[in-house]
Amino acid sequence: MKSLEELRELRKKVEKEIKMRKDNSAPKIIIGMGTCGIAAGAREILQAVMEEINKRDLDVEVSQTGCIGMCEKEPLMDVKLPGKDRITYGNLKKEDVKRIIVNHIINTNVVAELVIARLEE
Amino acid sequence: MKEKIYRSHVLICTGTGCVSSGSKNIKHELQDELADNNLLDEIKIVETGCHGFCEKGPIMIVYPEGVFYCQLKKEDVQEIVQEHLLKGRIVDRLLFKEPLTEESIPSYKDIDFYKKQHRIALANCGKIDPESIEEYIANNGYEAAGKALTEMTPAEIIEEVKSSGLRGRGGGGFPTGLKWEFAYKQDSDKKYVICNADEGDPGAFMDRSILEGDPHKIIEGMIICGYAIGADEGYVYVRAEYPLAIKRLQKAISNAEELGLLGDNIFSSGFNFKLNIKKGAGAFVCGEETALMASIEGKRGMPNPRPPYPAEKGLWGKPTNINNVESYANIPHIIAKGAEKFSSIGTENSKGTKVFALTGKIKNTGLVEVPMGTTLREVVFDIGGGLTEGKKFKAIQTGGPSGGCIPSNYLDLPIDYDSLLEVGAMMGSGGMVVMDDSTCMVDVARFFLSFTQSESCGKCTPCREGTKRMLEILNRICQGEGEQGDILLLEEFGHHIKETALCGLGQSAPNPVLSTIKYFKKEYESHIYDKRCPAGVCSELSAAFVINKEECVGCGQCVKVCPVDAVIRDKEENYSIDDNLCISCGACAQKCPVDAIKQG
Ligand SMILES: Cc1cc2nc3c(=O)[nH]c(=O)nc-3n(C[C@H](O)[C@H](O)[C@H](O)COP(=O)(O)O)c2cc1C
Repeated sequence: MKSLEELRELRKKVEKEIKMRKDNSAPKIIIGMGTCGIAAGAREILQAVMEEINKRDLDVEVSQTGCIGMCEKEPLMDVKLPGKDRITYGNLKKEDVKRIIVNHIINTNVVAELVIARLEE
Repeated sequence: MKEKIYRSHVLICTGTGCVSSGSKNIKHELQDELADNNLLDEIKIVETGCHGFCEKGPIMIVYPEGVFYCQLKKEDVQEIVQEHLLKGRIVDRLLFKEPLTEESIPSYKDIDFYKKQHRIALANCGKIDPESIEEYIANNGYEAAGKALTEMTPAEIIEEVKSSGLRGRGGGGFPTGLKWEFAYKQDSDKKYVICNADEGDPGAFMDRSILEGDPHKIIEGMIICGYAIGADEGYVYVRAEYPLAIKRLQKAISNAEELGLLGDNIFSSGFNFKLNIKKGAGAFVCGEETALMASIEGKRGMPNPRPPYPAEKGLWGKPTNINNVESYANIPHIIAKGAEKFSSIGTENSKGTKVFALTGKIKNTGLVEVPMGTTLREVVFDIGGGLTEGKKFKAIQTGGPSGGCIPSNYLDLPIDYDSLLEVGAMMGSGGMVVMDDSTCMVDVARFFLSFTQSESCGKCTPCREGTKRMLEILNRICQGEGEQGDILLLEEFGHHIKETALCGLGQSAPNPVLSTIKYFKKEYESHIYDKRCPAGVCSELSAAFVINKEECVGCGQCVKVCPVDAVIRDKEENYSIDDNLCISCGACAQKCPVDAIKQG
């Protein structure tokens, strides 16, 4: 270790690793993983989400929830940016994930045509 | 180096406590389940050090939610994977339940046991993978060492440690900054830094948990100390009975060497530091600093008179600074956050926090770190959850075999070095044993004294002979052969040994006896004069058990468990106990399904 700067550089690289174990203000993605969701392909959606996050090295908290009673609209995925409304997207296909992540998470533009519900802050 | 991002981290405690309750099996099962469900890419398993709540092990924490699962069995793993990790549904039946309210608490942070704690020394324990230097660095690790070596002079560091008010956590409570200053002022071509991880007090495991859960913190503390006093080499003296601690420390040292955090010219400061591990063979006296150094030198582990102090003539005759594990664990925090922040916690003369190993007759046993000045009541009842079902608090023993027993009228005593000494106990290294009304205080004194007596190295007469004579008297008292004058004799012996023994072992050995005489003299008198052990522990002095004929249902289970065949069945199928044969062990009363057997 040559200097304090070198240590801090290294820290920047590794700190994402453990960020989820601290109180987190990162954007949240919540995926419906009830039986209905899984049957409609929620696993693939979740995998696509993880792939995108890894590819783009994003700081996003991903969690799951059970059936919320909109089974015919599964797979469902909610996006919640800090201080913003919680947006529910539905009838998703794998290809939609990338769009939502790029537009909504990175550029904070809601992908209106996929939205099926909005929960105010 | 780009780390993969996972959506969930599952932390499994692999401290010694949880490993012995089966956490390795849980981990393997989880690995298999994740593989079966194709989840290995999304979910990361992290092995951590001790979370402190060993009573409830094996422990698992699932992030990002921070859900705390406890007392897991292998069979539970599948449900956690299927329900929680796949579907996001918390498995309620595996959550911790607060003993008082029976309410299940999903989040780690909301459990009373953790809520009342303040973690500095244990801050990372259970939160990071102790075998990953990256996780330590991600949590601001080595920042303090970097700051110390590149931005501070040795004198400034010592000033900071002095003004933090940190006192030694190994038992004596000597001001750490002052100790460093003595070593710093010595002019010598070679100096040493030693970390005392001998941890000989029976029941104590705070140092082990820190080494197992956060070994880099100790390395960092020692680097800072080495730089401050001008030492280029250090030793960690760990008992060989701590194989996991040794393994993790070894790995941590090599990782730190690879990154150039140990070795030559650290942070380009011109400062070199090398760290060695020395395994101790587990003699209690080797925790005493002069005996410890003799042991590192390859000599027999026996204490030497001080002065000279280690700061003047220590290891191989060179100036040496020796501190306890927990003392070093506080150093990075003090340097990184400043002395003021540290000294804002605690009491007038005892700053910061202290880790205790909480055991005995309470609900939540484990490792707790609380601010100095927390009362005994808060530790026992708020964090410890109170006594086990139906039991009444009698005393709390602090300071291990060098400490004393504190009765219930001192429950509101704020814990610090001085207040504990005032009531005849001691901070010691942090053992805390809660005792209930089924405990015999004479027997407790005898237990601790027999420990110190057998660990006495034999070098000085007061300790070698004195503890033996005291133990003989206690044995007589417990066997019903106590005589008038025994209590006085014990006190006289005790005071003499305290004043004349060579090292701290002898100087403190009489404490458990003296403090129990002070607070529980009546119990000694009952043993000696009434030939009765009020708690029913000393079998020669306990009343025989009696079967209540009205309540007895004649099941005969008491006959089977009695080890001395004292239960008699007559022709009419009536049961009774022969009080000449009964040794008052209580096995029959415990077995009786209708509670018909009581001590007479
Ligand atoms: C019999 C005996 C056993 C001791 N055992 C330990 C021990 O296991 N760990 C420890 O840190 N200090 C132990 N000490 C205290 C050490 O001698 C020394 O005071 C301590 O390591 C200094 O570190 P500190 O100032 O950080 O507390 C023991 C002392 C005596 C007399």
